[in-house]
Amino acid sequence: MSGHRWFGVGLGICLGAAVLFLALPIVAVFVDSSPGELIASLGEEGALDALWLSLRCTAIAIAIILLVGTPAAYFLATRSFRGKAALVTIIELPLVLPPAVAGIALLAAVGPSGILGGAIDAAGIRLSLATAGVIVALVFVSAPFYIRQAMASFAAVDRALLDASRTLGISEARSFVRVMIPVAIPGLVAGTALALGRALGEFGATLMFAGSFQGITQTVPLAIYDRFATDFESALALSAVLVAVSAAILFSVKLVQRGDPLGGWQAR
Amino acid sequence: MRRTPVVVALAACALVAWGCGDDDEGEADASAGETTLVVSAAASMTEALESCADTFGEEEDARVRLSFAGSDELAAQIRQGAEVDVFVAANTSLPQQLRAEGLLAKTAEFATNELVIAVPSGSEIDSLDDLAEDGVTVVMGSESVPVGAYTREALAGLPPAREKAILANVRSNEPDVNGIVGKLVQGAADAGFVYATDVTATDGALGTVALPPELEPEVAYGAGVVSEAREPELARKFLRGLLRGACADALREAGFGPP
Repeated sequence: MSGHRWFGVGLGICLGAAVLFLALPIVAVFVDSSPGELIASLGEEGALDALWLSLRCTAIAIAIILLVGTPAAYFLATRSFRGKAALVTIIELPLVLPPAVAGIALLAAVGPSGILGGAIDAAGIRLSLATAGVIVALVFVSAPFYIRQAMASFAAVDRALLDASRTLGISEARSFVRVMIPVAIPGLVAGTALALGRALGEFGATLMFAGSFQGITQTVPLAIYDRFATDFESALALSAVLVAVSAAILFSVKLVQRGDPLGGWQAR
Repeated sequence: MRRTPVVVALAACALVAWGCGDDDEGEADASAGETTLVVSAAASMTEALESCADTFGEEEDARVRLSFAGSDELAAQIRQGAEVDVFVAANTSLPQQLRAEGLLAKTAEFATNELVIAVPSGSEIDSLDDLAEDGVTVVMGSESVPVGAYTREALAGLPPAREKAILANVRSNEPDVNGIVGKLVQGAADAGFVYATDVTATDGALGTVALPPELEPEVAYGAGVVSEAREPELARKFLRGLLRGACADALREAGFGPP
C-alpha cells in the first residue's frame, strides 16, 4: 500500500517538475508582453511580411511533402526489400541533424557551388538567397517527420482490409486511395502537424542556405533573431504569435484524433 | 523496491546539480593554484586574443580564461553580474554605456578596423559602383548588428539614386559577419560588406575592394576593466597590453589597425 503511495508521489513530483520546466518559458513569452504591445509590434514593418512569408512557404513545403511523402511512405510500409533499413535510416537522418549541418549540407548539394549547383543554375532556377531556397530548406528538415509517421500509420493498418479489397477485385492504386489513406488518416494528420510545426520553426538551415531578406527569405524565426538585439519587445511579440500558431496546430490535431473511431496514435 | 522512485528522483537531481556544477569546479581548481583573469571578448577577436593570452599568462604567472560572444551578449552578461574582469568589445559605444552605468572602471580605445567590400577571389567587381549594376547580388549585415549599421552609414554618403541601386541588389541581411563571409565563399552572392580582418581570415578565398575614403566609417574597438573585477590590477595590465605588447602585436597581425 505504502509502496503504491510512494510511487504515486514520485510520479506526481516528476510531472510537476516537467510541467514547470516546460511551461514556464512559454508562459513568460506571453506575460512579458502586454496584448496591446503585441498587436502594436505586429503592425511594425516587416513583422507581417515575415508571418505571411512563413505561412506561404510552410504551406507549399507541406503540400510537396504530402504529395511525394505519402506514396513513398506507403511503399516503404507495404514492401520489404534488401537495404530497406538503410534507406529508412537515410530518410530519417535529417530528424537528428543540427540545423547548421542541414544548412551546410544543402549548400554542398544544391548551393551555387554544390554538386548539383551547376545543373540547377543551367535550368535557370535560383535557390540560394531566394524564396524557393526557403521552401527547399523547410522540405528537407520537416519531411522526415511526416514520412516516418505516415510509414508507421500505413504499417499499422490491418492487412485484412487490404486483402479484402483485393479479393473484391479492386486495384492497389484504388485501395491505396479509398482504403489505406482513410484508415491511416489520424496518423497522417499527426505526421503533418509535426512537419508543420518543424517547418514553421525552421531557423538555421534557412539562414545558412536562403539568407535573410524581408519579404523574400526572412521567415518569422529569422525576423525574431534579427530583432533580438535591438528590439526585444517586437521579438517577444513575434515569438508569442509563433507559439500561439504552433499551439493551435497541436491542439487541433488532438481534436481530430479524439474524434476518430479508431482512436489516436494507433501508429505507435 | 518502494524506494525506487525516490532514488530515481535523487539521481535526476544529482544529474542536474552535476551539470550546473561544472563551472564552479573550473574556478575552484584555478583558485587553488594561480590567479585567473576572466576576459569577455567580442567573437571577431577570437584568433588574435587566443594567440596572445598564453603569452600574457606566462608573463604574469596567471591563467587567462577567455570567453567569446557577440558584444551585446557579453555586455548583457556583465549587467546581470557575471564575474568578469575585462570586457573587450567590437565597438566603443558599449564600453561607454557600461562605464556610464558604473559597471566599467576604466575604458580605452585599442584598435580600429576598416569596412570593405569583400568579393570572391577572381571576381570582376573592382569598385563600389559595380555593386549598383543589374544582376549583381549583394549581402550585408542586418541593420541591428554593427557591421550592418556601418554599411548603411557608408552607403548613405552616396548620391541617393546610387545608394538605392545598391540596396536594391541586396539579397540578404545577415545577423552576423560569418553569414556574409559564408555566402560569399559559397558563391551565393557576388559581393558583401565586412571588416578588413574578416577578409584576411579567409586566407585568400575572398578579396578586398576598398570603399572610397570619404565613405569609410570609423570603426573603433573599445575595452574596459569591470568595476567589480576580482583581479583589478591584472585586468588593468591586460588592458594596457591591448595597446602595447603581445596582444597588440597579435591584433595588428590579424589586420586590426592601431587606435
